[in-house]
Amino acid sequence: MAEDKKAMNPYLGGALAGLLAVASVWLTGKFFGASTTFVRAAGFIEKNFYPKAVAGMEYYIKEAPVVDWQWMFVTGVLLGSLAAALLTGTFKFQAVPDKWRERFGACPVKRGLAAFCGGVIAMFGARLADGCPSGHGLSGMMQLSLSSLIALFCFFLGGIVVSRMLYGGRRLI
Amino acid sequence: MSVNLIGLATGIIFGALLQRCRVIRYEKQLDVLLFKDWTVLKFMLSAICVGMVGIYLLKDAGIAKLALKPAILGGVIFGGLVFGAGWALIGYCPATSMAALGEGRIDAFWGIAGMVLGAGIFAHAYPLVKKMLLSWGDLGKLTLPQVMHVNHWLVIAALLAGLWLLKRAADRSGN
Repeated sequence: MAEDKKAMNPYLGGALAGLLAVASVWLTGKFFGASTTFVRAAGFIEKNFYPKAVAGMEYYIKEAPVVDWQWMFVTGVLLGSLAAALLTGTFKFQAVPDKWRERFGACPVKRGLAAFCGGVIAMFGARLADGCPSGHGLSGMMQLSLSSLIALFCFFLGGIVVSRMLYGGRRLI
Repeated sequence: MSVNLIGLATGIIFGALLQRCRVIRYEKQLDVLLFKDWTVLKFMLSAICVGMVGIYLLKDAGIAKLALKPAILGGVIFGGLVFGAGWALIGYCPATSMAALGEGRIDAFWGIAGMVLGAGIFAHAYPLVKKMLLSWGDLGKLTLPQVMHVNHWLVIAALLAGLWLLKRAADRSGN
């Protein structure tokens, strides 16, 4: 594959990401994270429909719908990936990943539905665990945090079990 | 530069690194869970190695403070397992879904929409969840060196050594 030659070594990319995380903490005191922003986004949307109820909800008071450092960080991740993909000619519109298509077919609705349901489940879990692979997996582990080590272990355990159900011997869906 | 602008710049660089290392691809995320491709793990562990040394240098110099999350067993264990299950289904995590959308993966959009809904459902369930799960097994904001009663550099040295051995084993097996 021609594209593989242009890819960055993951050890190098990871090390640079680590340096970036340290620089971020140095400059702003902010640790990488992403999942809290989804709570703020949900709060923004709900606020349009029933502002009074949202103002009184405990979790939306805790993680208020405002644009903060992490919101901008998450926006930046999308833009940075877009820029890198365009500059290296690796941008590609694709509704169904190759691996999914080989196993479950080319129907974009089926894939979209699975991604949507997976998203609902994953984010509920991430908020329950108080972090995702960025907040716990990277930032928490860098701080040698006990909660993050347990969370990361459970992320992989849950993922390993379900990925085997999906891609194991028998087809379930 | 304001904190928010630095956040945007940090995100842009991070997103570019994720894209160039291809760790945001559905295939890479699933294949690490299926033990077929270690790219995602290499990226994560490398970032953690560099990050923990840097963060603890800053902390020892009095420049930075840790931002630990409490180890509430009911939350991290159940939440972690539930997240993992959803992660295998969507094939992206919260940050990588944004990056995947950035490189044109439309399915990530549906995943992101699902994640916003999931966050909303959690916000509504929070009072109940707090009573049931988040009240069980709160050990507090602990670090591994605190749990083991040793100096943090000892833990960092042990982790670096362990990860170096892991890398050697991976290199030998051709991964």
